[in-house]
Amino acid sequence: MATGHSRVAARIMISPAVLLLLGWMIVPLSMTLYFSFLNYNLLMPGVHEWIGFTNYEFFLTDPAFFTALGNTLLLVGGVLVITIFGGIGLAILLDQPMWGQGIVRILVIAPFFVMPTVSALVWKNMFMNPVNGLFAHAAAFLGLEPFDFLAQAPLFSIILIVAWQWLPFATLILLTALQSLDRDQIEAANMDGASKWSRFIYIVLPHMSRAITVVILIQTIFLLSIFAEILVTTNGGPGNASTNITFLVYAQSLLQFDVGSGSAGGIVAVILANIVAVFLMRMIGKNLEA
Amino acid sequence: MGSIHLQNVTKKFDETEVIPPLDLDINEGEFVVFVGPSGCGKSTLLRMIAGLEDLTSGKIEIDGQDVSAVPPAKRGLAMVFQSYALYPHMSVRKNIAFPLKMAGMDQAEIDRKVDGAAKVLNLDAYIDRRPGQLSGGQRQRVAIGRAIVREPKAFLFDEPLSNLDAALRVNMRLEISELHQTLSTTMVYVTHDQVEAMTMADKIVVLRAGVIEQVGSPLELYHRPANLFVAGFIGSPKMNFVRGAEATKRNAHTIGVRPEHLSVSRESGMLKGKVGVAEHLGSDTFIHVAVEGSDLITVRTEGEIDLKHGDTVYLSAEEDRIYRFAEDGRTIQ
Amino acid sequence: MTLDEKTRTKIGFTIAAWLVGLLIFFPILWTVLTSFKTEAQAIASPPLFLGFDWTLENYFEVQERSNYFRHFANSVVISVGSTVLGLLIAIPAAWAMAFVPRKRTKDVLMWMLSTKMLPPVGVLIPIYLLFRDTGLLDTLTGLVLVLTLINLPIIIWMLYTYFKEIPGEILEAARMDGATLWSEIVHVLTPMAVPGIASTLLLNVILAWNEAFWTLNLTAATAAPLTAFIASYSSPEGLFYAKLSAASTMAIAPILIMGWFSQKQLVRGLTFGAVK
Repeated sequence: MATGHSRVAARIMISPAVLLLLGWMIVPLSMTLYFSFLNYNLLMPGVHEWIGFTNYEFFLTDPAFFTALGNTLLLVGGVLVITIFGGIGLAILLDQPMWGQGIVRILVIAPFFVMPTVSALVWKNMFMNPVNGLFAHAAAFLGLEPFDFLAQAPLFSIILIVAWQWLPFATLILLTALQSLDRDQIEAANMDGASKWSRFIYIVLPHMSRAITVVILIQTIFLLSIFAEILVTTNGGPGNASTNITFLVYAQSLLQFDVGSGSAGGIVAVILANIVAVFLMRMIGKNLEA
Repeated sequence: MGSIHLQNVTKKFDETEVIPPLDLDINEGEFVVFVGPSGCGKSTLLRMIAGLEDLTSGKIEIDGQDVSAVPPAKRGLAMVFQSYALYPHMSVRKNIAFPLKMAGMDQAEIDRKVDGAAKVLNLDAYIDRRPGQLSGGQRQRVAIGRAIVREPKAFLFDEPLSNLDAALRVNMRLEISELHQTLSTTMVYVTHDQVEAMTMADKIVVLRAGVIEQVGSPLELYHRPANLFVAGFIGSPKMNFVRGAEATKRNAHTIGVRPEHLSVSRESGMLKGKVGVAEHLGSDTFIHVAVEGSDLITVRTEGEIDLKHGDTVYLSAEEDRIYRFAEDGRTIQ
Repeated sequence: MTLDEKTRTKIGFTIAAWLVGLLIFFPILWTVLTSFKTEAQAIASPPLFLGFDWTLENYFEVQERSNYFRHFANSVVISVGSTVLGLLIAIPAAWAMAFVPRKRTKDVLMWMLSTKMLPPVGVLIPIYLLFRDTGLLDTLTGLVLVLTLINLPIIIWMLYTYFKEIPGEILEAARMDGATLWSEIVHVLTPMAVPGIASTLLLNVILAWNEAFWTLNLTAATAAPLTAFIASYSSPEGLFYAKLSAASTMAIAPILIMGWFSQKQLVRGLTFGAVK
């Protein structure tokens, strides 16, 4: 329904949201951009000279950056692998006839609702701690040396923790997609003599491919910004072994107070995220047209 | 009270003009039906009168006042929607009371009026139920009740019977006509069903592609259609159209005869054809005859007729029942 | 007793699924159990599963030592506050986009969603400095503002999808019945959209409660919600597993319950409709 009156009303009703989000996007982001070109360090007040791309040069040639970039990719990739394969498996399992499906769903979904700091600390202390953690007890029981997860394999440990948190998300989405599959198609395939495995490869998987893509894209966007789990477990260490780009920027900005360099890093992070976002927006756009 | 005047009204959606400049007068107390095929603009026109769509240009007056820029709430009209549009979270009583509540009436007055409307429409039995618990016909009555209670200058109906089954439709048709007799309020009614139009209207407005093809009483449109389109739209089954020799003989591009005005003979007649399907309705029989040079011709005969599929027949009609149309579709007088 | 194949498969899957489910849920279960142990029993080897002396001492200690409830209240304030504020801004916006769609509406919606994809580090510094200079650092107000903004796209998106399911004709009928825009939204739209609004509310409270970037970086002792408070256990003194468990259990319990109710909304809200 469109009349002049309703159009005017609509414009007024939508403007607070638009203005606020516009402001949220433009103002801080342009400030970050501006700072990234300055020689700005909170420990040296009053010094804000324009130094062009120097911050970017330093940031991008800093060996810490390459480590962080690699860690970021490993983190995202590792979690994706675990959650996608695990998610598909769990979705198929939960779709089978069984008793108590509702309760199993709750058990599987639960980790997603636990706040990241709790997850990280519970895993760090009660499971991974080499003296008192359950893994250490299990190792002792099997006669093995306890493994200091967070010291010896910091990135891997964090991948484990984050994967535990996000597995439910992937499972839920993939299960929803799986259950939207027309049973008729499966029956037709059965009539055509297809085996369980062929059915999976040729019917189920293609149907889920859209959902899988969405899960990958959305998780990637959020996984690029993993922060709390790193902060409370390893603080990025030992050294930079478990530092990702987000943590690197945080460290430079709020720990070393190097606003200029941190800002450059922030812009780099934004660019990285944008690349993924472009693909995600295309998928969403396609769906909105539907 | 309740006269509506449309002057030079046009409507564009984006760049497409769906209604070219249009003039129309609706008189106080008339039952006017907008009828036409899907997409002819009848609903759009109704919504423009209601104020739910803007005019691209022109003006609409109600009782002499220009309401083109007035919002729907202030035009003093009431509308019954095709889907009834009842408030699902309110009881029947609250649904009917809603417009009165919006008008700021006090509760005692509201209760009086709601009870009044409920009585007129036989809604007492389920006045406290929710729309979800009612049947289609009952919901329709609640929608009408909600409109009546506002005592509007005119009622607007947007294909209100389309969602009902055939038997219910006939009943509701009569109820709405009765309502018009009782209230004498102007009613503007949109439908694609020409039977509804013919049986209910004082005045029919036939629309095609946003253009008014003809305005007139039902019988006027039946006996004196202004063009081929109206002739073919009004009357069921459709008028038969024949081109070729019989048309040129009468100085016309096309001639038309209604099925009820054709007679059959085994021996001789105006048109020769072969009997196809015969539809027996008991009171009437419709015979479809394949005639060379035209579409299937439908003939209405009474009672039983002894003709079989494939038989040869001759069809004739009286001259004053034959309509002549020019090439552009106009009726030749 | 011979069972047919169908039942045997069902039993098999049931066992497999329950095993996997319990395995995944185990860390949460272990945390809750540990919260009722003494510190000594918490680190006992071999680990005690159920055979220990249940005690509530940890719950009391956590409150005594560090004013737990203050941080709990902070979490409540910022979750509820940002949700209410978000709804106030989002309901009109979603109304506009759902019921008065224009050519640009889809683009605007997509743009709004894209703001959620901005990495927080990209704006960490300006926000931090801005908050510092305006006295918003370590305040609940500041947190509510930030949380509202980061979740606004999701609230708008979810309300939009729920509103689209309401037939426009009912709102038109309200207009014909003399309702002003305000009446239309309050008396007709909102009651009809209550389930949708409730779902959105639930999801947003969960997202705000668990947010662990801004709550960690913009707060100190005063406004720290539970996320930040728990983080302080990362460098503790002495034995603390049982206390950590107690603090954690209290922190996650409300959300686990809410989460149970909001599974469907999760799919709707966080995949932006790309999965039905």
